[in-house]
Amino acid sequence: MLKLKNINSFYGEVQVLKDVSMEVNQGEIVTVIGANAAGKSTMISCISRTVTSFRGEIEFEESRIDSLRPDQVVERGLIQVPEGRLLFPKLTVRENLELGAFSKRSRGSRKDRLEYVYSILPKMKERANQMAGSLSGGEAQMCAIGRGLMADPKLLMFDEPSLGLAPIVVLEIMELIKNIRKEGTTILLVEQNVRQSLKLADRAYVIENGKILMEGNGKELLNSSEVKKAYLGI
Amino acid sequence: MEQVLQVLISGILSGGIYALASVGLALIFGVVGLVNFAHGEYLMLAMYIAYWIYNFSGLDPYQSLIINLAVMAVIGYITFKVIMERVLDSDHSIQMLLTLALSMVLQNLALMFWKADYRNIRIDMTNDTMNLGFLTFNTPRVLAFLIAIGASVLLYLYLQKTFTGAAMRAISQNGKAAQLMGINIKRTYGLAFVIGTTLVGLAGLLISPIYPAYPTVGASFSTLAFIVVVLGGLSSVPGAIFGGLVIGVVESLAGYFAGPAYQQAAYFLLFILVLVFKPNGLFGRS
Repeated sequence: MLKLKNINSFYGEVQVLKDVSMEVNQGEIVTVIGANAAGKSTMISCISRTVTSFRGEIEFEESRIDSLRPDQVVERGLIQVPEGRLLFPKLTVRENLELGAFSKRSRGSRKDRLEYVYSILPKMKERANQMAGSLSGGEAQMCAIGRGLMADPKLLMFDEPSLGLAPIVVLEIMELIKNIRKEGTTILLVEQNVRQSLKLADRAYVIENGKILMEGNGKELLNSSEVKKAYLGI
Repeated sequence: MEQVLQVLISGILSGGIYALASVGLALIFGVVGLVNFAHGEYLMLAMYIAYWIYNFSGLDPYQSLIINLAVMAVIGYITFKVIMERVLDSDHSIQMLLTLALSMVLQNLALMFWKADYRNIRIDMTNDTMNLGFLTFNTPRVLAFLIAIGASVLLYLYLQKTFTGAAMRAISQNGKAAQLMGINIKRTYGLAFVIGTTLVGLAGLLISPIYPAYPTVGASFSTLAFIVVVLGGLSSVPGAIFGGLVIGVVESLAGYFAGPAYQQAAYFLLFILVLVFKPNGLFGRS
């Protein structure tokens, strides 16, 4: 469904991604794990085209998307829930959610999508008229995910959804991601929380210093000695 | 007492125009992040357009309103496409130098084509007055005030109640996130710029029956609009409306109590006080 071929990305003189190739198949949860500054976020930003300084090919549903504008990528149904939520703090929760359905593709079904999001995230309905800037960390992440779902995504990319959240909230978020997949949305999850994301994933990639080091199914990697040593501290 | 009231309301009437001349600046700054020093020049252009249409066809500024606004929108669009779009990602200092240069170019083009003469539009209504109880007001000023406040409020409602309006507010709060929502940023920037220049153009054509057009008429309004926008908290449209009214009243009262020479001094003083004590504007929170 999504294919990255030999992506090389630069930030000034520094090469952030080195020959990264990976793919996500329809219906999968694929996770990319790695330490801080390993290039995970850059990879997602390249796919969303908010970072444009890269070489290589990105294909989504058999067609190249690596020269589109960010809004055109969204129009294809390839949606990102960004790191740090990036909500619109002075807009209400409801307005934030509605903007998730801004693309032509999802605009018509805005009302239905909103009902759907409220049904799986009832907290958001309670907070509908509150400014998004006043939400707690967990609620803000829920709102960001709800906003992503508003777009009726074919593939939903999460950039560090567990960042800065209490362990119990992290579990809640992971459960939510699992359910979103069940509804038919393909998931690409970028995480520092290695244990939780590997448990969830069908397949995983380990990225270090901008290079893909390992690739395998989630359970395998969770039990591999390298991952244990490097990321789980066992 | 009567006189003070007359002066006060007269200040509010001017304030409405100042508000309209400023909301576009606040919108462009808030959404596009562009400090547009050429803002007032669009007011000047609209005044000349009103003048030339009146001269050639006899249509007064109210009759030619739609044509004038359409021309202003086109001029705004061309400015955006040809000039502003190229510097959207540039440093603020580059953008400022560019808009400053644009302002000088437009002023001097006006000087070259239309000379420095004051161009007045004298229509029947120019000297009409209307009575409100014991107070008397110049009809074009009342009309200008009503249309100006109406247009400013419409802009506010557009931003608050429509989906594109929400997209503009979203961009002003987080441009990257707005892109991830599927908002075409450049197109929305262009729209905000066109709306901004058209609104300041509307202010220009509304004052054209009572105020002469000349090449640097926009410059004084530019300065005023910057003060108004700073008072209102930079990117806030309701703040700019309120700020415009405050400046109008301050100017008018200062003229009455201290003398006309102190009008500008009074609002510059207010401006300095606000910058020192409430740098985020009268409404702004730190």
